[in-house]
Amino acid sequence: MSDAHAAHADHDHQPPFFVRWFYSTNHKDIGTLYLILAIIAGIAGGAMSGLIRMELAEPGITFLTAFTDQNLPPEAQIVAASNFYNVLITYHGLMMIFFMVMPALIGGFGNWFVPIMIGAPDMAFPRMNNISFWLYVASGVLVTLSLLSPGYAQQLGFAGGWVLYPPLSSTVGSPGPAMDFLILAIHLAGASSILGAINFITTIFNMRAPGMTLHKMPLFVWSVLVTAFLLVLSLPVLAGAITMLLTDRNFGTAFFDSAQGGDPLLFQHLFWFFGHPEVYILILPGFGLISHIVSTFSKKPIFGYLGMAYAMVAIGFVGFIVWAHHMYTVGLSVNMKAYFVAATMVIAVPTGIKIFSWIATMWGGSIEFRTPMIWAIGFIFVFTLGGVTGVVLANAGVDHYMHDTYYVVAHFHYTMSLGAVFAIFAGWYYWFPKMTGKLYREWLGNLHFVFMFVGVNLVFFPQHFLGLQGMPRRIVDYPEAYTYWNQLSTIGYLVTAFGVVVFVVCMIDAFFFYRRKADANPWGVGATTLEWTLPSPPPFHQFNELPRFDTDDAKAF
Amino acid sequence: MAGADVKHNYHLVNPSPWPLVGAISAAMMAIGAINWMQTGESGVGLMLGGFDAQNNPNFALPGGNWLFLIGLGSILITMLGWWRDVIKESLTGENTAFVVRLGLRYGMVLFIASEVMFFVAWFWAFFGAALFPGAFDPVILADGSQMLNASGDLAFTGNEGRLHATGGVWPPVGIEPLNAWHLPLINTLVLLLSGTTVTWAHHAIQHGDRKGLVQGLAVTIALGAFFTFLQASEYTEALTSGMFKFSGGGIYGASFFMATGFHGLHVIIGTIFLSVCLLRAIRGQFTADRHFGLEAAAWYWHFVDVVWLFLFASIYVLGNQGLLS
Repeated sequence: MSDAHAAHADHDHQPPFFVRWFYSTNHKDIGTLYLILAIIAGIAGGAMSGLIRMELAEPGITFLTAFTDQNLPPEAQIVAASNFYNVLITYHGLMMIFFMVMPALIGGFGNWFVPIMIGAPDMAFPRMNNISFWLYVASGVLVTLSLLSPGYAQQLGFAGGWVLYPPLSSTVGSPGPAMDFLILAIHLAGASSILGAINFITTIFNMRAPGMTLHKMPLFVWSVLVTAFLLVLSLPVLAGAITMLLTDRNFGTAFFDSAQGGDPLLFQHLFWFFGHPEVYILILPGFGLISHIVSTFSKKPIFGYLGMAYAMVAIGFVGFIVWAHHMYTVGLSVNMKAYFVAATMVIAVPTGIKIFSWIATMWGGSIEFRTPMIWAIGFIFVFTLGGVTGVVLANAGVDHYMHDTYYVVAHFHYTMSLGAVFAIFAGWYYWFPKMTGKLYREWLGNLHFVFMFVGVNLVFFPQHFLGLQGMPRRIVDYPEAYTYWNQLSTIGYLVTAFGVVVFVVCMIDAFFFYRRKADANPWGVGATTLEWTLPSPPPFHQFNELPRFDTDDAKAF
Repeated sequence: MAGADVKHNYHLVNPSPWPLVGAISAAMMAIGAINWMQTGESGVGLMLGGFDAQNNPNFALPGGNWLFLIGLGSILITMLGWWRDVIKESLTGENTAFVVRLGLRYGMVLFIASEVMFFVAWFWAFFGAALFPGAFDPVILADGSQMLNASGDLAFTGNEGRLHATGGVWPPVGIEPLNAWHLPLINTLVLLLSGTTVTWAHHAIQHGDRKGLVQGLAVTIALGAFFTFLQASEYTEALTSGMFKFSGGGIYGASFFMATGFHGLHVIIGTIFLSVCLLRAIRGQFTADRHFGLEAAAWYWHFVDVVWLFLFASIYVLGNQGLLS
């Protein structure tokens, strides 16, 4: 290994610190920057959910009043605390979706491993890759300013929920500049994601190593390809919708004002035309990397490779034509609802193909329960649960009862906060030795998993019951009847938070105390993709001579 | 660039300041825009960090458009510097390998695809209003009479507010629409003609005819500028003669001006893109087999052209003549 590294070392000169990290045109460095951004946003968004759970620990508005102006009379403190709660749920959602999951899975792991897995030296447009990252930082600055500027009645921040529906987001519901900041933040984040997606598609179509046909391409690359198409085609529609909101708020247009002939539902349609593909944008890269992890630690090729690839294509395609299942209660006609129920149910088929193929990959395999594999199995469990409740919610009749209850909150957190986040941690533990060249203590990674798994299930499983009992989401207070499951949920948060502490300990330990060097391939014969042929960490520029797949021993992943 | 032992043709780009500068400029422009929009009659702009006991803001920016203009200026400088670097790299042959040129093609096609989806949003807003300017069924009470709403009017299911605002027809009551067969038709012919002249320029350079390239581009740019002029005249006429308004103009003014306005913005961008190509053509930077910058500009121009055809057919011909509702 050291020989290979030395051979690379002579042309492995890195630019000086500032140029390397601020002017970067290197896909691995930019990927690292994205991962750092995602960690910061994850901590911020996680802290917000902590405040939410503390407030919901018992009925009454008791906790968030501590964050209001103590000179105010008690009634005004209650109003300010309620508004702050709504601000928290809004920014928690935006933070986790746009600044944690997307940068981690697409910006971080995508940047790091898509070029390596296809045998390319870098992304197609390295400079554009960098502006994708810095626009994300600019967007984060605007979100922070939004939190610090008045929204409704001089209360700081926008309090209308992450979906930004008018009239809550128009000048009626949020006259202050907080919403304008959010709109422009999403414009910048959207521009960043579109440029990033164009970069990924071009890289994948144009820069695969000789002989690596699309049907020999690793599944993580397939997943990022589908994700990138969803981004290119859905984000501009959101950009249009929030531009309408901006002109409605500031320039007197009437897109969403019914009294002037506009239609607030137009925003919901445009938003969910983006928003539904967005949920697949969040989860598809996770699907891809779970396939690699399950295959690696079962020491078997993935079961049904082509089916897995085209299942993701099918999910991406159908994901574009199901958006109104988020809008069953707005007064759609029965025919419309019938269509959207049927189309939504169809998505369960390719998703089922994926779940069963992961299980079939493990079947008869020589399974090794290393940390990434445990996370991957955890992912399969929680994502299946979230998927099943999704099938329940897909029924318009059922959804008339469940809409905007905690059942929905439980459902999408099982797919996102458990599913996508477990995929991120699985990927992190899988690729950490490759990215840093260091190993971590297995038992710390396992302990992290145990606390996380118990914790998040304790947070969100009781919310199914709360939803079925009729507890609405986005309300700061609740009747005493809902106390028991809410308390359990808050205890779950504390367990999860302790799990995050274990994660931090595990990482500090890996960097400063454990200090074991990782081999090129720490996972053994199951790990067959190209990144494991490079030293850990890979050289600054890899593949100066391209790997070839047009020989006889070339194989599919 | 990596060492001399690189055995592939991909373009490994040197570190560049422009992405960072561009992102900072974009943030400045965004904050500046909000500061500008928030500037009230007192001249105070954006207020941050809440208000103290006397209801004074904890922090306020001076009002006006200064920060917006600084941001916009820095973005323009970024574009200039960035694309100057790209042109330099093409002249030194760093980014002219076949595989790199193919990548640029993928990139441009995907960018145009995303632009198409941006216009989908504006067409969605237009068709949502033009196809369904009214509400749905009347709300009938048990005694057979129609229910009245809060303001005493007859109540309908669906978007009742829209019914009362538009009168249930498109173009809405009180709107005097532009005649599709006057200026808009001439605009259509101007853009279609410019589509042929840009093809003329492209074919000229494919045959190595630089003079033809320059002539074709110059005519295309002139036609693009003429289109912008005609569109500006049309806007002025509609706004000054009180046919319909933008601000406070209801859903008709909003959907008309935002859809055609964003198209107009794209025409201006395309014209600038072609003008850069003209300068490069005069300097002899395009050859018969290497002229992707020109091709990208031509693709972009055709995209702008096609969007106009859809706008003309839907908003002016079908919408304005009342054929949609």
